[in-house]
Amino acid sequence: MNYIIGAFKPACNVSITFSDGKSRKQVPLKKENGQTLMVPLFKSQENISGKISIEPVQGKKVQHNGIKVELLGQIEMYFDRGNFYDFTSLVRELDVPGEIYERKAYPFEFSTVEMPYETYNGVNVRLRYVLKVTINRGYAGSIVEYQDFVVRNYSPPPSINNSIKMEVGIEDCLHIEFEYNKSKYHLKDVIIGKIYFLLVRIKIKNMDLEIRRRESTGSGANTHVETETLAKFELMDGAPVRGESIPIRLFLSPYELTPTHRNINNKFSVKYYLNLVLVDEEDRRYFKQQEITMYRLAETS
Amino acid sequence: MIQDGVEDEEKWLAAGITGLQQNAFYMHRALDSNNLKDALKYSAQMLSELRTSRLSPHKYYELYMRAFDELRQLEMFFKEETKRGCSIVELYELVQHAGNILPRLYLLCTVGSVYIKSKEAPAKDVLKDLVEMCRGIQHPVRGLFLRSYLSQVSRDKLPDIGSEYEGDADTVMDAVEFVLQNFTEMNKLWVRMQHQGAAREKERREKERSELRDLVGKNLHVLSQIEGIDLDMYRDLVLPRVLEQVVNCKDDIAQYYLMDCIIQVFPDEYHLQTLEILLGACPQLQPGVDIKTVLSRLMERLSNYAVSSAEVLPEFFQVEAFTKLNNSIGKVIEAQVDMTADGAVTLYSSLLKFTLHVHPDRLDFVDQILGACVMKLSSKGKLKDSKATKEIVALLSAPLDKYNDIDTALKLSNYSRVMDCLDDGTNKVMANVIVQSIMKNKTCISTADKVEALFELIKGLIQDLGEHLQDELDEDDFKEEQNSVARLIQMLYTDDPEEMLKIVCIMRKHILTGGPKRLPFTVPPLVFNSLKLVRQLQGQEENVAQEEASATPKKVFQLLNQTIEALSVVPVPELALQLYLQCAETANDCDLEPVAYEFFTQAYILYEEEISDSRAQVTAIHLIIGTLQRMHVFGVENRDTLTHKATGYSAKLLKKPDQCRAVYACSHLFWFDDQDGIKDGERVLLCLKRALRIANAAQQMANAARGNSGSVMLFIEILNKYLYFFEKGNSQITVTSIQSLIELITTEMQSDTLTHDPAADAFFASTLRYIQFQKDKGGAVGEKYEPIKV
Repeated sequence: MNYIIGAFKPACNVSITFSDGKSRKQVPLKKENGQTLMVPLFKSQENISGKISIEPVQGKKVQHNGIKVELLGQIEMYFDRGNFYDFTSLVRELDVPGEIYERKAYPFEFSTVEMPYETYNGVNVRLRYVLKVTINRGYAGSIVEYQDFVVRNYSPPPSINNSIKMEVGIEDCLHIEFEYNKSKYHLKDVIIGKIYFLLVRIKIKNMDLEIRRRESTGSGANTHVETETLAKFELMDGAPVRGESIPIRLFLSPYELTPTHRNINNKFSVKYYLNLVLVDEEDRRYFKQQEITMYRLAETS
Repeated sequence: MIQDGVEDEEKWLAAGITGLQQNAFYMHRALDSNNLKDALKYSAQMLSELRTSRLSPHKYYELYMRAFDELRQLEMFFKEETKRGCSIVELYELVQHAGNILPRLYLLCTVGSVYIKSKEAPAKDVLKDLVEMCRGIQHPVRGLFLRSYLSQVSRDKLPDIGSEYEGDADTVMDAVEFVLQNFTEMNKLWVRMQHQGAAREKERREKERSELRDLVGKNLHVLSQIEGIDLDMYRDLVLPRVLEQVVNCKDDIAQYYLMDCIIQVFPDEYHLQTLEILLGACPQLQPGVDIKTVLSRLMERLSNYAVSSAEVLPEFFQVEAFTKLNNSIGKVIEAQVDMTADGAVTLYSSLLKFTLHVHPDRLDFVDQILGACVMKLSSKGKLKDSKATKEIVALLSAPLDKYNDIDTALKLSNYSRVMDCLDDGTNKVMANVIVQSIMKNKTCISTADKVEALFELIKGLIQDLGEHLQDELDEDDFKEEQNSVARLIQMLYTDDPEEMLKIVCIMRKHILTGGPKRLPFTVPPLVFNSLKLVRQLQGQEENVAQEEASATPKKVFQLLNQTIEALSVVPVPELALQLYLQCAETANDCDLEPVAYEFFTQAYILYEEEISDSRAQVTAIHLIIGTLQRMHVFGVENRDTLTHKATGYSAKLLKKPDQCRAVYACSHLFWFDDQDGIKDGERVLLCLKRALRIANAAQQMANAARGNSGSVMLFIEILNKYLYFFEKGNSQITVTSIQSLIELITTEMQSDTLTHDPAADAFFASTLRYIQFQKDKGGAVGEKYEPIKV
């Protein structure tokens, strides 16, 4: 064994296990390094309980000024990397200062934790939940261990869910009326709709429906807005004439969508839009964007 | 440029096929390993090749067929996939995740087909969904092929009655609704092609459209095969809906093709029962649509249907098919103002054929059609349009062919009015057709009215029409034509003399208008026809005592006289002379001396005044002599006058040999071989002697003029006459005179100056042989000949 390397090795192994870890649903989470790993899934107001075991490296003792576990809800802006903003922070002290000679386990429990925001991995912002165990060792540097978990919150179907119906056009050139059956869609929903052509004087080549995500971070002058096109779905091929109506049926399940987030802790917002794009034969684009609200519907199964 | 275009297209097609095959290969690999996700991915990529806009419909079809074959296999895979437990509903959703619409819809139709088969959802729901979703393809060619694919995969899965996919009460409606909708959309796309792209490519576009038309028409075919469509449904729903689409699309090509399709695919009895609706659509079609062909086909079908079985005929009456068709044609012609005359005539011609098939007994219908036709045409004057005239000929020929009897046509009052619309040439052609028909069927036209009507019809042949000059006509054709007229005249005959006389008068009236060129052809048959009447009258007179009959031989002869006189304008004196003689002979048979004398007088006058050609004179004099010889009606005085004249004419012929021959022929005028005939031996001898003198003179003239004595032929001929009368017992002819004649001939023949003539030698030799033969016979004859030495 290499003692020099050993000297920098943590003096102990810290592991965090959840009490219902085996039965709890695991979901993939993308790490910063691009890897995905499976982590447990929680929702707001659940009890988060488990066990933290600390096992000193063989033949060593761990001297500490106290051990604690924190449950943190953090928002990280990428332009301000490494600087976390904790919007939730709960602490449980696990041990008074002392020494650990052998493997020791500490049960912990955060009951009915308020986690209003969902885990989110965006272009410029990340919202994560983590359990953080700290073995405080004063001058020797604390030993810290993290365990990520994912939070998803489910919404009931909205009581009011109007369709989106609108007539748009360019004078004497193109008039269309489109209709989406709802304004609020859950993540596995289907967008049903129709486009009526009231007037067509241009030679349309095709028509697509795009799903766009607009993520805005920061506030005031520092606002960053990032728009991604998550789906490009061809609705029509060829040039319609007046009076044609083109059906829309777009299944949302194949796309990686999240619920709409509005002004999360004054830090960021994520909004979704349906963008109807008509392209003419000279590749000019005519489009109309409509916001839709995405929500997560409790999975029945 | 165009060549390049074609080459490019080949290249694009090749590229398309390559891409398609490549992806099909990966798709098959995925299918083999049951990898649904990859199968969908590669099939979508494969189908993406169909998104091309660069291929003409023809080439696109090639690509489509390849994709089609691949999709069959994919469908099999889907079927197995559902057996393996994959939910068809999920599959139906899964294929809709494809981002591009065209592959998505092809896949959707493919899965949809499996979906219907699985019966997890009612066929009608799936079909409705598919046909709705297909609206996403608005590009005509791609849309047509996609919908054609849909039609193809669904045709055996319609919720028809009796089908395993049969649904609830309105199941047939669902099936019909589906097909109709697909049809409507396809037609719209097809029509739209016409209006896209540059105007200069119109021709190419129309060609492309016609290549695609069967894709649209197939829907109607599918529709016609839905078992559940009964007559009520067809009448109340299917047909009106289809017609609505046809009328509303306002496209010439589509309207023409679809109307024709409707007529061809649906059963005849349906057409018959919905005639009103179907015909109602016709006037609403675009002016450029070739309605005449459409309607003609319809009538043709109905005619065949009527012919197919006698049981269906009452249906035709019940629905008043004729009236409806007739009205509709009227409306169509009214609606299509710029319809050409030939179009209208074609329509009427088809209607006529229909009528002849369905209502062969309704002549009034036929006349009505012709009447309508006249109405349409009369405004335009004589037709110049060759197509139209051809159609009219067809129109007018139809009743003739059908009834095989001109009688019927003669009853049609409008028939001749239609003919009046034809230009002269065609009118003649038509007249010829009529004449030929009469000949072919040996129809005997036996009443005066009909004859009158017939001559009205064929007046193109009988007289010059309008200002057309004859010189443009081919001589042979003209002869041919007039010969048929001559033959026709012979067909006009009845046994009733009164009627026959009327017929003769009518014929005469018309024929005499024919002008100099025709008369030589038409007068002789007329004369002979009249003479036939005379002989008939004569036959009757013997049986029945005619009381106050208007038809007497005398009267006919009067007519004849005038008729032949008409020939003088031509002039054809030889012919007239022959006819006079012919009449004289008949008059002779009727014992009408003054009439016969009159005819002879006419003949003589002609001879004297008109026949100046010497050769014609020879012929004429022989004819006169021949006829006169047979006349027995004349009294002595008349006879003397006539024979005297005839002998006189004979002696005045120009050439000596002709004179000689005519004179010795005259000898027969004084010798009848009958029992109580005139036997004036003296004058016979006189004639013969005179002939001999002329023969002598001829010989001398020949000697003087050419230095040889010419032929002895004449002498031999005269010798034969001598022998004839000798044998007949003319006492004036003596053995001595015969003997001296023989010697004369023998001497002549031995003379040096004589031109050697083998024919004369042979003639003389055989004459002598004859005398010898008679001698050897023995008995009375032998005795008579005995003294003659050879």
